[in-house]
Amino acid sequence: MNEFLSQYAYLIVPIIKIAILVLVVLTVDAYLTWLERKVIAHIQARWGPHRVGPHGLLQPLADGLKFIFKEDPMPANVDKVAYVLAPFITFLLAFTSLAVIPFGPQTFTIWGYQTTVGIADVNISLLVLFAITALGVYGIALAGWGSNSKYSLLGGLRSSAQMISYELSLTLSVVGVLLIASDFSLRKIVEQQGTSGNGLLSWNIFPQIIGFTCFFISAIAETNRVPFDLPEAESELVAGFHTEYASMKFAMFFIAEYTSMIAVSCLATILFFGGWLSPFPASWTFTFYLPSVILIPFGLWVIFDGIRYENIFGRILLPGIGTILTLLGAALLLFPQVNGIVQGPFWFFAKVFIFLFVYIWMRGTLPRFRYDQLMSFGWKFLLPVSIANVILTSAVILWRTRQ
Amino acid sequence: MTPSILIFFVLAALAVIGAVSLILQRHPIHSALSLIVVMVALAGLYLLLGAEFVTAVQIIVYGGAIMVLFIFVIMLLNDGEEERTNFSKLATFGGIPLAVAIAGLIAAAIAHSTGDLPAATANGSLTSSKTLSMLIFTDFVYPFELTSFLILIAILGAIVLAQREN
Repeated sequence: MNEFLSQYAYLIVPIIKIAILVLVVLTVDAYLTWLERKVIAHIQARWGPHRVGPHGLLQPLADGLKFIFKEDPMPANVDKVAYVLAPFITFLLAFTSLAVIPFGPQTFTIWGYQTTVGIADVNISLLVLFAITALGVYGIALAGWGSNSKYSLLGGLRSSAQMISYELSLTLSVVGVLLIASDFSLRKIVEQQGTSGNGLLSWNIFPQIIGFTCFFISAIAETNRVPFDLPEAESELVAGFHTEYASMKFAMFFIAEYTSMIAVSCLATILFFGGWLSPFPASWTFTFYLPSVILIPFGLWVIFDGIRYENIFGRILLPGIGTILTLLGAALLLFPQVNGIVQGPFWFFAKVFIFLFVYIWMRGTLPRFRYDQLMSFGWKFLLPVSIANVILTSAVILWRTRQ
Repeated sequence: MTPSILIFFVLAALAVIGAVSLILQRHPIHSALSLIVVMVALAGLYLLLGAEFVTAVQIIVYGGAIMVLFIFVIMLLNDGEEERTNFSKLATFGGIPLAVAIAGLIAAAIAHSTGDLPAATANGSLTSSKTLSMLIFTDFVYPFELTSFLILIAILGAIVLAQREN
């Protein structure tokens, strides 16, 4: 058995890693919808999901079950190939984009096979990511065209035009980072930001603040989120490109949207905010206890909040979750080795969570662009600014090397 | 059969099937989709040769940008299916013999080639993006700039033509 494992470890280990990542990301997607509904509800002075489970925590499960058991009708006169293929393409590409993202600094060995925290460690991971983004348009364009409906077609057309326009500034806005790191590998880009040991001060966000602004705006447009959600503007186009989809096919578009939100947040974290690096200087060793310092009080608060919950199910479930969180925090204090391993992923996911929150926050705050405003903003403002950023960055780098 | 040869045959078959389907499909969008399959399969073949950078560029530029534009235009025009027609006289009497002749020429060239071809070296001088860009911006800077100038002229021409109709 062991011999078999070490012989085929190069196949088995990646498959296990992929399975874990897909499960984790699907769960995060589900709870992201819960978080989004809760946060927007509180922005609008409502309670949000509240009935299914304590604080609506089982709502994603109920939604998932509903999607699975709903009827999946196929409208008449659709183009069958495009109609069926479109959600699969979108779903597949959204998950593929997570494959090249490094989540932590460690390399470890399983069954004699050396591997990293992340699915694949490619030399040109940034380019791979852009290649996947470039293909992402097809899912939406095909869904819009294949549905044989005017709303869908208009949504698909808008989306293709929008994605072509904003892909340019998205790609150009990261050229500054590439010039600083002089490497396409995401791992190398993160490592380069940690060389000085000054923590947060050596991150790319400070020299590349213009680049980051352009990147984040275009990334939101690429993921079709508010204020760039014109492909599915509900007041004009019913639901845009996915008007004619129901049941699991609709759910696939839905999951893909949230997954690409996660992918974009990961990319922003890696390129501009130091990936898994701690924002504090390496000499501040007490920051190592920060995961516990956050987990234990949060766990205790969940217990305290849970014992006063209005029904018996909540009074059992919430303190249970709170106890697990508190014990997790205590375990990190007791086992410094585990704490050391957790540091990288902890900072990575903390930063990603902040970006995801900003995404939701913007949806609760900003109105939608008008279509002509969207186009002129992309072509006449964002693109020239990102080109200027490339020229400025190269000029500064050239000036520094000449000195 | 080594895994890389197996992958080569799968990708090559995909490329050929895609190319044939590109011609046989009756709907423009289906043809465009077949072309995307060809492009992505070719990108996979480049990856097999160890040219990572070329693979990414092939997908970003051809698979992404150019084919999206194709699909966008076809969707905008929203053209229906094409009718089957009888082949033109030129295609029957000129095209088929020419195709056979070219196929024969290639087959003869392959049959006459003696010895093994030099093996492609992975991670050779052309595969790294750094050496590739150094070459483009030093040795080949004039052809490179001329090409971009040519593309710029084409874009200007397209804008002028589009303006005239209005």
